[in-house]
Amino acid sequence: MYDFTYHKPASVADAVAILAADPDAKPISGGMTLLPALKHRLNRPSALVDLSGIAELRGIRQDGGALVIGAMVKHYEVATDSQVMAAIPALARMASTIGDTQVRNRGTIGGSLANNDPAADYPAAALALRATLITDRRRISADDFFLGMFTTALEPDELLVAVSFPVPQKAGYAKLRNPASRYAMAGVFVAQGPQGVGVGVNGAGPCAFRQAEMEAALSAAWSVESVAAVKQSPDELNSDIHGSAEYRANLVTVMAKRAVADAG
Amino acid sequence: MPQVTLAVNGTSHTVEVEARTLLVEVLREKLRLTGTHVGCDTSQCGACVVHLDGDSVKACTILAIQAEGTQITTIEGLAAADGTLHPMQEAFREYHALQCGFCTPGMVMSAIDLVQKHPQGLSEQEIREGLEGNICRCTGYHNIVKAIAAAADVMQGRAGQLASAAE
Repeated sequence: MYDFTYHKPASVADAVAILAADPDAKPISGGMTLLPALKHRLNRPSALVDLSGIAELRGIRQDGGALVIGAMVKHYEVATDSQVMAAIPALARMASTIGDTQVRNRGTIGGSLANNDPAADYPAAALALRATLITDRRRISADDFFLGMFTTALEPDELLVAVSFPVPQKAGYAKLRNPASRYAMAGVFVAQGPQGVGVGVNGAGPCAFRQAEMEAALSAAWSVESVAAVKQSPDELNSDIHGSAEYRANLVTVMAKRAVADAG
Repeated sequence: MPQVTLAVNGTSHTVEVEARTLLVEVLREKLRLTGTHVGCDTSQCGACVVHLDGDSVKACTILAIQAEGTQITTIEGLAAADGTLHPMQEAFREYHALQCGFCTPGMVMSAIDLVQKHPQGLSEQEIREGLEGNICRCTGYHNIVKAIAAAADVMQGRAGQLASAAE
């Protein structure tokens, strides 16, 4: 790992000021992806801005019909929080399957969303639940947030502060994990929410995406059979040593069926 | 060079580090607490697991400077001052839950966090899933799972002492 300067600001404003003043500085939340990447010298930030001392990035609260989760809330907290388990139990179940215990004890929802790893779980949930990403300066819909592999709409000095999930009537999630890395080969999050049916897919492509045909099918009739009839195109899906694009395309339908069953 | 003050096993240590210095490097190289092992150094094997404020974390994937202000517990901090082993350590010994021993410190630390987060007790399946972040290449895990189940009974008051493993 190359060395860097370390900052631990106490407020979002201070963190943004440090990032704005130094274009090569990077924020660090749980560090579960960033630190391994730095060890491999895949990145050389001049400074790390540790967000763990910022109280306004923590906490889970209900806001009208939405569940608002602070960016620095850890996966373990999402998995075990009574408000999350009551409002969006599928989100809590999903969080309990991220990485391993030690990753869930450090990794954060904001870090995962801002990193936008193609195999990460939260982006599929954010898309399906029609989440709003709240930053230090604006609100971004999930549809406008995830732009591509490891790429989001965040400006270099912009910080994700919280994510707001409209509480759905029902939701479910299923993924197939690579047996070695445990990352999702394909995952599907389905939700029937106040803004309609959402189907988010992660792991299968270079970026999480919504599956419009499945959304239409589930809107017409919410059932396992509805999504079973929809075939995902392999075009633009990932193809690597772990599985071909055709294999992943088939997995999307299989995981969608399991996700609908999970939602009940 | 930044100075950090780390509270390790109840004792405060102030050491000079680089910002990039990992917690496990400080524990092993500066404080000579070599019970915390480095297996893979890529966040996968779990040999370096320690507790930060009671939560199990991989000490190879946290900067020492990030751990400032927390209570750190390593494998050396588990036994009582008179040498009496922690129930989890005792169970690993009683159930022969190790062969080469390399993964054992991390296994014990993860297991204690697992038991503490399941006050109602643990099924065998929950124990096996809870060990996902710890890799053992010798034992096949069976005796580790048995040891954790037995230690959970002792830690949570369902058994006064370990039942005999000789069966």
